[in-house]
Amino acid sequence: MASIFQGVGAATSLSSSTSIDTKKFHFCSRRSRSERKASFVVVRSGGAKVENRIGGRAEQLVTNAVAAKADTPTAATVSKPGHELLLFEALREGLEEEMERDARVCVMGEDVGHYGGSYKVTRGLAEKYGDLRVLDTPIAENSFTGMGIGAAMMGLRPIIEGMNMGFLLLAFNQISNNCGMLHYTSGGQFKIPVVIRGPGGVGRQLGAEHSQRLESYFQSIPGIQMVACSTPYNAKGLMKAAIRSDNPVILFEHVLLYNLKERIPDEEYVLNLEEAEMVRPGEHVTILTYSRMRYHVMQAAKTLVNKGYDPEVIDIRSLKPFDLYTIGNSIKKTHRVLIVEECMRTGGIGASLTAAITENFHDYLDAPIVCLSSQDVPTPYAGTLEEWTVVQPPQIVAAVEQLCR
Amino acid sequence: MSLSGAKIIQPLCIRYPDMPVISDQAANCNTTSTPFLGSTRTLRRIQSVSAAQRRPASAIVAVADVVKEKKLKSNKNHLLTKEEGLEVYEDMILGRVFEDMCAQMYYRGKMFGFVHLYNGQEAVSSGFIKLLKKEDSVVSTYRDHVHALSKGVPARAVMSELFGKTTGCCRGQGGSMHMFSAEHNVLGGFAFIGEGIPVATGAAFTSKYKREVLKEADCDHVTLAFFGDGTANNGQFFECLNMAALWKLPIVFVVENNLWAIGMSHLRATSDPEIWKKGPAFGMPGVHVDGMDVLKVREVAQEAIGRARRGEGPTLVECETYRFRGHSLADPDELRDPAEKARYAARDPITALKKYLIESKLASEAELKAIEKKIDEVVEDAVEFANESPVPSRSQLLENVFADPKGFGIGPDGRYRCEDPKFTQGTAQV
Repeated sequence: MASIFQGVGAATSLSSSTSIDTKKFHFCSRRSRSERKASFVVVRSGGAKVENRIGGRAEQLVTNAVAAKADTPTAATVSKPGHELLLFEALREGLEEEMERDARVCVMGEDVGHYGGSYKVTRGLAEKYGDLRVLDTPIAENSFTGMGIGAAMMGLRPIIEGMNMGFLLLAFNQISNNCGMLHYTSGGQFKIPVVIRGPGGVGRQLGAEHSQRLESYFQSIPGIQMVACSTPYNAKGLMKAAIRSDNPVILFEHVLLYNLKERIPDEEYVLNLEEAEMVRPGEHVTILTYSRMRYHVMQAAKTLVNKGYDPEVIDIRSLKPFDLYTIGNSIKKTHRVLIVEECMRTGGIGASLTAAITENFHDYLDAPIVCLSSQDVPTPYAGTLEEWTVVQPPQIVAAVEQLCR
Repeated sequence: MSLSGAKIIQPLCIRYPDMPVISDQAANCNTTSTPFLGSTRTLRRIQSVSAAQRRPASAIVAVADVVKEKKLKSNKNHLLTKEEGLEVYEDMILGRVFEDMCAQMYYRGKMFGFVHLYNGQEAVSSGFIKLLKKEDSVVSTYRDHVHALSKGVPARAVMSELFGKTTGCCRGQGGSMHMFSAEHNVLGGFAFIGEGIPVATGAAFTSKYKREVLKEADCDHVTLAFFGDGTANNGQFFECLNMAALWKLPIVFVVENNLWAIGMSHLRATSDPEIWKKGPAFGMPGVHVDGMDVLKVREVAQEAIGRARRGEGPTLVECETYRFRGHSLADPDELRDPAEKARYAARDPITALKKYLIESKLASEAELKAIEKKIDEVVEDAVEFANESPVPSRSQLLENVFADPKGFGIGPDGRYRCEDPKFTQGTAQV
């Protein structure tokens, strides 16, 4: 299943966008033209590989192109045509399917009910399932997160939404002490099958407090799993997997990715929480990334390919625990690692990943691990400054060139 | 007794001097309050028996008031049946003897860390929890041994947990401050004050959800959240009062106001010390009750739990009570005025109930002694069991980190870490 996203100016999908400034989404359109040369392999859970020439598919969705017919897929892979939707719709679809399947699944958070969710992930669900199952809470993160945990201990399966991941800082007491630890301190008597989800990451000039990357703060909490989605396909799959998991899972979404469009299968699928996703196989260098930086990496990848490099891009997806198998196999092949992340330099996911790779695969490295992270700066409001705090494609290209020298 | 208004039951004394009197009287006070602060006598005697012999007149007043009140209303019926009386008495004795044994065991090096004892507050635990069904839930704080015992967790399981043995109710992984029991619906045991209240609110939410969404029509399970006066200044308390009243959750918030948060007097920490008043501010009844009198507590509890069960929503109950020991076994307890301690020691809830039972002819001295003896044996047996239980082996280290151990991830060899044979031995690298 190739990852495709909407180019700039597509009236249909972006008109409903609440958070993306379409004018600045320039990298998408560049990508869709030159993507024709790239071929993608995506490893699904269970090992089934799907190979598709992306070029054909991209033509359907490039806004300025003439409407093209669907390209015939290679090899026997996709039986049904699937359906197109945006990432937030994919999240909703996954959520709704799970709520339909199990009456104990419920949602709680600010404005998830009547308002439909600040990013529309829960739109329509309150009308369908009622105000108790899709609960509009008062503004009390610590307490309603704790309430979700108490409900989970007594048999429900709540999905707790932080309107912005940053707000979950107020729930840190409950997430650390109760979410992560209660299963252990109770000697295994109570399980906490909650999903804590919400948008985070650097948006478009949202200011410092709305642009935080909480994955670095939560990663040390024992007893939780963290996953980050980046495409509609993995968003739905990870949402479903997280809900079905008996462990507490924190699902990181990104403010700028909610309007990505992709064609996903009609049939039901659940992804594996602990696995990483092979985005682009290659030979020269392993680039590890997640969430929004995946797109910066892919954009840089085009430039690199034109320059003759062959990067292998892996979306690690599982931020805790790391999928050391996929990562390790890649390193054993390429011997060079570049980590591209949106977390801060200090103590971010990249820092942990660097440590894990050094510990496990040091002998396979031909060069030191390079980690590109955001600057240790509160995200400034000014657009230019904000751009400089986050890793940009030219930096990625330069880093690969340096690594592969 | 209706709780539609905020009905105040005046405590015997509510104001205490801000400055504790550093006692020249320490020596004197020790004689009156010795049984509750640690006894030098043989450890098998029930402390309250000796206290009863020295009890001054004021303790009689509390129970007598209740008896008089009731006699006016209800044709000389007793407040509780003989069966109930003995059940409550046994529960309070169990709480007291168990906690005293904990102190002993601590000083003998059988348990470590922070141990917070409940001596003096038994009326609240027994008064409330003995009215619950097994499916009802209890959430407590770090002062949770007696709540667990009242709810039905065997003394053996609690003592083993305190000793850190694998037969403890939490396999030795929780300790004094984390008593959990899925079977008896004890939802903890929390070390940080206030963090249990949202969990209790969630349990109450589940009860409502089961009834209204899952259509389990007879689900009327109630949750009790116990916490102290210090917690009543914490944000989570207020946030949960709001949510519970908003959604009419079947929960009772029970404040065990023992006037001290370690060394911080309630009066020095709180702008308006009358905690029960915070209930009506959020739209629920607030009640103040004498927490040293188990019969009064029981009466209030009946009404509050009944309210919750009928779906009428939450109640805030402030129990004025007192801990006879320090905040924890590490607390030298130097700040509290010995006169204050003596005053409350005179109102020992166990002696009060004993007096009531005997005077109203519900039980004889012999029956009560038999109960005390039985409890002695139970607690001794618990200690023996805990002593002989095994400590956790290394293989237990990683077992309960995740409900689904796949959460440890995929190792470099492609297999899930939890499939590694070294995993169960606790030596695998995670």
